[in-house]
Amino acid sequence: MRHFMGSVNLRQILMPIGQMAIFVTGAGVLCSAVMLVLALLFRGSGADQVLQATQGVGILTYTLNSLPQVLIDGVTIGFVYAAIALGYTMVYGVLQFINFAHSEIFAIGAFCGVESLIALNGLGVLAKASAMGSFLYLGLALVIGMAASGGMAVLVERVAYRPLRSSPTLIALISAIGVSFALQDIIRLVESMTSGQFYRVIPTFGNFDERITLFRIGSKIIDIQVKSVVVILAAVVMLVALNYLVGSTKVGKAIRAVSQDKNTAALMGINVNAMISLTFLVGGSLGGAAGVLYALKFTRIDPFVGFMPGIKAFAAAVLGGIGNLTGALLGGMVLGMIESFAGAYLGTYTMGSFGAEYKDMVAFLILILVIVFRPNGLLGEQVSQKA
Amino acid sequence: MRKPLSLFAPTLATLVLLLAAGCDKENKTIKIATQSPLSGAMSVIGSDIKSGTQLAIDQLGGPLTKMGYKVELAPFDDQGNPDTGVANAKNIVSDPAVLGVVGHYNSGVQIPSSEEYHAANLCNVSPANTNPKVTERGYAEINRVCGRDDVQGAVGAQFAKSKGIKTAYVLHDKTAYGQGIAEYFKKEAETQGMKVVGFAGTEEKANFDAILSPIIAAKPECIYFGGMFDQAAVLYKQARQKGFKGMCLSDDGFDSPDAAKIAGDALMQGAGTYFSTVSGPASVYPDAAKFVTDFKAKFNNNPQPFAAQSYDCTAILLKAIENAITANGGKLPARADVGKAVRALQNFKGVTGTYTFNAKGDPTTGKYFVIQVTSPDPASWATNKIDQTLSIAPPK
Repeated sequence: MRHFMGSVNLRQILMPIGQMAIFVTGAGVLCSAVMLVLALLFRGSGADQVLQATQGVGILTYTLNSLPQVLIDGVTIGFVYAAIALGYTMVYGVLQFINFAHSEIFAIGAFCGVESLIALNGLGVLAKASAMGSFLYLGLALVIGMAASGGMAVLVERVAYRPLRSSPTLIALISAIGVSFALQDIIRLVESMTSGQFYRVIPTFGNFDERITLFRIGSKIIDIQVKSVVVILAAVVMLVALNYLVGSTKVGKAIRAVSQDKNTAALMGINVNAMISLTFLVGGSLGGAAGVLYALKFTRIDPFVGFMPGIKAFAAAVLGGIGNLTGALLGGMVLGMIESFAGAYLGTYTMGSFGAEYKDMVAFLILILVIVFRPNGLLGEQVSQKA
Repeated sequence: MRKPLSLFAPTLATLVLLLAAGCDKENKTIKIATQSPLSGAMSVIGSDIKSGTQLAIDQLGGPLTKMGYKVELAPFDDQGNPDTGVANAKNIVSDPAVLGVVGHYNSGVQIPSSEEYHAANLCNVSPANTNPKVTERGYAEINRVCGRDDVQGAVGAQFAKSKGIKTAYVLHDKTAYGQGIAEYFKKEAETQGMKVVGFAGTEEKANFDAILSPIIAAKPECIYFGGMFDQAAVLYKQARQKGFKGMCLSDDGFDSPDAAKIAGDALMQGAGTYFSTVSGPASVYPDAAKFVTDFKAKFNNNPQPFAAQSYDCTAILLKAIENAITANGGKLPARADVGKAVRALQNFKGVTGTYTFNAKGDPTTGKYFVIQVTSPDPASWATNKIDQTLSIAPPK
């Protein structure tokens, strides 16, 4: 035990938690500040008058009222994006190509996790589970989702990318897009042959739908759903574990060596193929866990469920600086926060002419702006941390 | 290189001639095509549009068989996607044996696809497409047996008013169908003196957090969604989880047991969930009892919404083809004549009503229902409570 504690590098655990706390507060405070300035600027505008007329509150009060909920939503979705983005960024770090099939790896995780919960529900164990038991079952679903996604990612790498490793990355990229479509239709095929359903809905169990009161402001209660807390905590644990794996273990060192120079790493006795497979395994299982968490939060999945979160997580990885683990975390947080803010306020501030449907446009516009001024992403220069 | 080419041309010519001769022999076959989503999110409903048509061909193809024709079903999967629908439509019109099309499920798919039917004078009777534009273009061969969204949207607004709703937040899915009906709802709601506190479109299918924040802040008594159940059910579920207590109101796109599968108990909470529709459950039509029994016997399943309407569309087409053949002295009629024969039918008695088409292709009276969801169990979807039944003529 003493030996084990001695070998755990505490710094490697505390640092990412600190980073996350900084990113969450930073993104939250920045977005809130921008929003409050906007609210002050918009006082007396048409949007303000519309709000006064329909809801009897000014635009500043309106903004402040919904701010806590918007922040909570932003953090939750931000962590999901971050967990997916890590898969993109790890593969990019090692192979310098975008694994577009990652969004379907995510979907496979979601499906396997949800299917196992549906099966458990069919056996009747979920309904009888205690609060502790339901968390254990969710954990089991997470592990199944992670195993399926990790396994699939390794398989995809072996079948579709390894034979193309010596060809230009563009070729592997096309292969990835092909794999992405193939996997979508495989999920569809398997589902239609087994359950005959297109949608799968995660069974309701445990106390995940309940709301915990965080604090009160006057008569207003700020609360958060248990499942949002679960999503955030699970994502934090996984991100810390990943950081530890890459930063403080022998395997992590090998992965980093492979990402810096494959040939030299091979000369040092590192099994490059094994390390690349491991990268896919870890990235894939993170994506799979994110899939199960996504299904828990948004309840319904279909074979195309991976597309939007996948493309956004990819954007998040680029925003943070692709190839950089911390960057993926920051990018996910920033993108989730912007999306949440844009979705919640765009419609009100533009008096309905730009509704919540433009939230993705705003998020991606900011992405373009960042890329124009910092082509390597927000943290693009810190190459030493790349996995 | 010259010789093989010079041989190639006459071979090709012979082949074409042979093929043409082959087609000539087969023209005793009449095909009824269906276009509906057979795969993907809306396949539950789409498959039964096909099955309803299949049943009608099996049961009502007799008179044509006696005339020496063989009636076949040619099912197409439009995937609820306009591009696929148009591509299928091109295939359909190029097959001379097809004399009629039953479909689609989505107005956004029917409108571009029917341009192809129109160009080929091919008759289309739609079981489910409610967008006004389906018939407002005045095409002689495009008809429907269901009501229209300009009326249905207004029916929804009047219903909300009758339940004492004073404020509504209106969302739609940005399709021709969803946005159309949401706008008609909004217009009538304002005429009725209700306050529409928000109007927005979204293609989001999973994460409604951002969309719901302004809705929850606006505290409407009713959320109206113009669009399909696959978005609406998720939206309602998440709205309930965020503490929305008011009424959930939607349109005939909500009419699918999958809505209950997705949203479950959330549909029962607050002021309840209602939807307007142009197609009551098959059990409300007095003449449809036999249809339901036969459908169950053949497909081992309860008919989904629009299956009975598809049965009627096919019945109308078969009757019109029969009349057109008689008028043509027993020979296969031109496609345009089938379209004319459909419009010439007077008081055609189907299982879901008695149909006469006006000059645009709308039925002379449309039936509209407002239905309350009464059970979170998808299997009980057909027993939902009918709150209102209205018969309204299409606008002039």
